[in-house]
Amino acid sequence: MSQRPLVVAVELDGHGSHPAAWRASAERPGAVFDPAVLRRTALAAENGGFAFVTFDDALTTTQATASPGSVAGRLDAVVRSAFLAPLTARVGLAPRVDPRGVEPFHLAAQLASLDIASLGRGAWVVGDADQPHLADAVDRVVPESAVDRRREVADVVAAVRRLWDSWEDDAVIKDVSTGRYIDRDRVHDVEVSTPTFSITGASITPRPPQGQLVVVAPDTVLDPAAADVTLVGGADVAAVVARAQAARAAGATRVLAEIEVLLDADVATGERLAALDAHASWAASDALRFIGSAPGLLALLEQLTDAVDGVRLHPAVLSADLPVLTRSVLPRLVAAGLVRLPRAGDTLRDTLDLPRPASVFTRKDAA
Amino acid sequence: MSADRTNPPLRPTAQVHFGIFFQGVNHHTVWSDPRAGSQTDFLSFRRLIETAERGLFDAFFLGEGLRLRETNGRLHDLDVVGRPDAVTQLAALAAVTRHIGLVATQNTTYNDPADLARRLASLDVLSGGRAAWNVVTTDNAWTGANFRRGGHLDHADRYHRAADFLTAARAVWDSFADDAVAPAADAAGDAWARPGGIAPVAVDGRTLSSHVTPTVPRSRQGHPVIFQAGDSPTGRTFAAENADVIFSAHGSDLDDALAFARDIRRRTVAAGRPADDVKIFPGTSFVLGATEAEAREKAQWLVHEQISHATALSVISHIWGEDLSHLDADGPLPDHDPDVPELSSTRGSGAGRSDAITLARNLRARADERGLSIREAVIAADRRQGFVGTPDAVADTLVEFVRSGAVDGFNISPWLVPDGLDDVVDLLVPALQERGAYRTAYEGTTLREHLGLREPLTRRGRQQGARPDARLDAAAVGA
Repeated sequence: MSQRPLVVAVELDGHGSHPAAWRASAERPGAVFDPAVLRRTALAAENGGFAFVTFDDALTTTQATASPGSVAGRLDAVVRSAFLAPLTARVGLAPRVDPRGVEPFHLAAQLASLDIASLGRGAWVVGDADQPHLADAVDRVVPESAVDRRREVADVVAAVRRLWDSWEDDAVIKDVSTGRYIDRDRVHDVEVSTPTFSITGASITPRPPQGQLVVVAPDTVLDPAAADVTLVGGADVAAVVARAQAARAAGATRVLAEIEVLLDADVATGERLAALDAHASWAASDALRFIGSAPGLLALLEQLTDAVDGVRLHPAVLSADLPVLTRSVLPRLVAAGLVRLPRAGDTLRDTLDLPRPASVFTRKDAA
Repeated sequence: MSADRTNPPLRPTAQVHFGIFFQGVNHHTVWSDPRAGSQTDFLSFRRLIETAERGLFDAFFLGEGLRLRETNGRLHDLDVVGRPDAVTQLAALAAVTRHIGLVATQNTTYNDPADLARRLASLDVLSGGRAAWNVVTTDNAWTGANFRRGGHLDHADRYHRAADFLTAARAVWDSFADDAVAPAADAAGDAWARPGGIAPVAVDGRTLSSHVTPTVPRSRQGHPVIFQAGDSPTGRTFAAENADVIFSAHGSDLDDALAFARDIRRRTVAAGRPADDVKIFPGTSFVLGATEAEAREKAQWLVHEQISHATALSVISHIWGEDLSHLDADGPLPDHDPDVPELSSTRGSGAGRSDAITLARNLRARADERGLSIREAVIAADRRQGFVGTPDAVADTLVEFVRSGAVDGFNISPWLVPDGLDDVVDLLVPALQERGAYRTAYEGTTLREHLGLREPLTRRGRQQGARPDARLDAAAVGA
């Protein structure tokens, strides 16, 4: 189905997706706070040819971080992504931010600033993890029922997109003859009103280079029609394919499959997995899981190319699996013509072959 | 003011410190000059901060405004407007600098401590201990209309909330024990963090509560440095009790600056702190020339660039509370008093509440006395003239300000982006260095060290050796 090159993204949070990854990592446990490690890991992913990198995050303790054996520390994902903006040139930067814990007005400015600093390589991974203590942390009522949470996520995404649109692209005119820096008719109050928040004014930050950052969201969290990239999981290939088809039917623009990977490295997968599982079991998530050799993963990806536009890989242990991906998987995908390397100067939308949206305030049909 | 006047040097070897304040929005930034670059592009910020770091500045400072300014109900369109989120932008700039401090102005009224303290701590760790927070408050519902919390706080309550907010932020920053995280996996037993190594935050203040288990350790400077800019008696007391640095408006007249410094020292001691615990950095700008005459001529040119005909009419429209854009800026001021007695705060000026009638009468009195047009009267009333002169003369004045104990340094707003610091760094800094009054290299790596600050307020009196694990924030990487 897909004639476009395959999009391959990678999750870089913590030490890896296996809860015991920090024990097997070549980096010390506290390396999750180390700017040099962050830079090195992101550059490895960029040089390996990934389209974008994602950084998982949560404001408060989640089920994943609550267990005593797991990594309980991480830096804010938008801050990490912004730090990487001037250190990278081609790879997209996608922090995860869950809408229930944020002020949408601040989030829109933060993400727009990431896009400006990265010259158009910003994205936003929308999530909605169970955070039992979120209301205590932010000192206000947060939506709790499934229906309310889904509506809140959709409302915040829509509000943030509207804030990005609130400055038209050519709002700064610098007209010396009239002394006007902006054309005030091209900067718009957003006038958003939802059951849980309202926003009156325009963003404090001009429209980002991509117009709107790439919005990435799981099909379980956001209506695929409201995302630019929809993430789908599934216990096996057939389940992933079915979810992808459903997402497309629901209006998805791009669909990526979520795959956890543990690969043969210096040590074979069986031995690696046994050592990791001895400390903490790798509970099943919504993602497809692949354990095996690099050629095996290549075969799986080829199998998926008809059903999805790409994949987001979750290495079990970053320091072990990321090098295998960059040495033995990405180069072969590129050689086979399945993956096109991002080019310096391209925006992430260019890399994903997504159009740059017009501002809602300049479209004839709406405002 | 007067370099020729004698003031006993209270601190004969004190050094001048510089910060740069990238304002973002105001009429003092000249966008119309052909040399002016983009006010928004990352490269403009990068160019300025690299110049400041070349000039061995302590800090790079970003402002904040949470609603676009309006004049009489319409967006103000004459000045630079539109700027990045401060913490996000400083995180990007941290990656391409090594020493300079990174100050983010952030509001306590429209943020949550759990979120803001975490973002600041993340910046502090990634920058190797160079982050600071300029604590500001807002009390108007107009700004609140952009936020979940909405509404407004009265003037006293906004400081109560700021105090509670700081208490919660410090609890977030004090959460990780210095040895909380396992140094190596093989030494770790079962846990990434040792039991009890990360203390949950449970703050229940008068105006807010915050319950969260933080995820970020301290940087090598302990806490982000706290800046504060309040000038009212409440604001000054708040600063004396809480801040490391005051960003003051008292840096052009030496007597005024000395009086302010004495007042702050008195309040600081009353708060139980050493008198020199709060550093004073007034905002200023410089106009430098090869001769005094050249500098004065340049200053005249500059102020006419800053206050165009349209800007002058906009300023009086704001004061009079009505649209006066139809008037001739080269003609006389309106001869009636404003109908509305008080300026609408924050909507346009950022200057807070003022008595509109008094402002208008003062403008008119000066204009009548000296025969000034609207534009010339607005120019004459402009308070932010800064220092004008040759590098040597300005250097002498700055040294007197610092060594008399009136200030610790200056926060410079360049009037041109991105080249506006070049002459300061190339001409004024060497003049200060020749006088033995400015560092010739960075001696420390953290902002706290650059400013000569003590440990964070909640970290004093701990046992020796309880420093944060230096491995947790290895030096920030260069580009």
